[in-house]
Amino acid sequence: MMNTKNALYNFCLRLADNNLILAQRLAEWCSKGPILEEDLAITNMSLDLFGQAESFYDYAAAVIESNSSADELAFLRSEREYLNTLMVEQPNGDFAFTMMKQMLFSAYTKLLYESLSKSVDRTLAGLSAKALKEAKYHLRHSSEWVIRLGNGTNESKERVQFALNELWPFVDDMFAMDENDEALITIGVIENTKDIKPKWLMFIKQILEEANLQITSNTNSISCGIKGIHTEHLGHLLCEMQYLQRAYPGAKW
Amino acid sequence: MVKEVSDITVQKVWDVLNQIPDPDIPVISIVELGIVRNVAVKGNNVEVTITPSYSGCPAMHVFKEDIITALTNIGAQKVEINIAHSPAWTTDWLSNNVKEKLKNYGIAPPEQNSETEVLFSNKKITCPFCSGTHTKRTSQFGSTPCKALWYCNNCQQPFEYFKCY
Repeated sequence: MMNTKNALYNFCLRLADNNLILAQRLAEWCSKGPILEEDLAITNMSLDLFGQAESFYDYAAAVIESNSSADELAFLRSEREYLNTLMVEQPNGDFAFTMMKQMLFSAYTKLLYESLSKSVDRTLAGLSAKALKEAKYHLRHSSEWVIRLGNGTNESKERVQFALNELWPFVDDMFAMDENDEALITIGVIENTKDIKPKWLMFIKQILEEANLQITSNTNSISCGIKGIHTEHLGHLLCEMQYLQRAYPGAKW
Repeated sequence: MVKEVSDITVQKVWDVLNQIPDPDIPVISIVELGIVRNVAVKGNNVEVTITPSYSGCPAMHVFKEDIITALTNIGAQKVEINIAHSPAWTTDWLSNNVKEKLKNYGIAPPEQNSETEVLFSNKKITCPFCSGTHTKRTSQFGSTPCKALWYCNNCQQPFEYFKCY
């Protein structure tokens, strides 16, 4: 049987990796936002996600009584050790692409954190309750933009529809589960997160309808991210993010 | 001279912590912000339990340093800071008195319960300067994780709103 401490460690690492990689992507928008308010919005969302990542890394390390710091977990693991879902590592594309990605992901994390905030593991529940508030805020922001762009000009509609077509194949990977989830469900630390997907789909369809957008592509039923198998984009992202710590180990601000 | 008997009391620690301003909003203290959850004193050692306000708020690091400095100054030998994640911090913990302080400082205090906002909300926030309600949101996000940007059409002033959270 799977060691439950390791299962919780891997589960928290996955939550942290998702947040960190998306935070890093969003940070790429800094000073490049389409308008000042959106520059602020995107970088604020990035900051929230960096914060969540740090908390989940700290907790992951505490669970297995390791001395690894959040920084070490972020900067000193290689691509194959990252457990994030493929959606978050995809490049930003244009503003519509970034908002669509944010909406698809935040709708997922909102439901996930709602479930985790009821966990019998009090730290996991507390961290999730906090992250839930932020996920809801990000979801509101990105959903409004998807609806606005879908009902905007021909060009904005075309771009946001393109984003949906490109990102939809990565949806299933977001819901992938493995033996870590099974072990945690068995001991009651997490609920069966399989229930999340139908709820997520119902919400997303409602927003897409308001936005006049159609699901035209199929999902690929893949589960790669949690096995450490990634698209080519993650390696490039890590190169940039980890360069300083790799070149100057232990460097501090 | 080493004191034999500690004169640090739980009340004294709370009083000192209540003097530490929020680095971003100096008119309210970290106690008023609601992030200090518990204080324990054992001789000259002090244990302070705090809860994070926003996940990525850089002010959290400043809070910790300020707490250690302030308590060391009143003679604490060892200051331990514990982080409590449950229950999660909420703006519902801000008292009316604190909300009044925010308003007088020029920041509109959180108005509704943190759970109630909907898509494309047409909720109007009251302007902290002229109390006008002919206001509009210019950005859901602002200069710090706790604030959003608003504009008052009555007095034509931009203002900040403390996000409901």
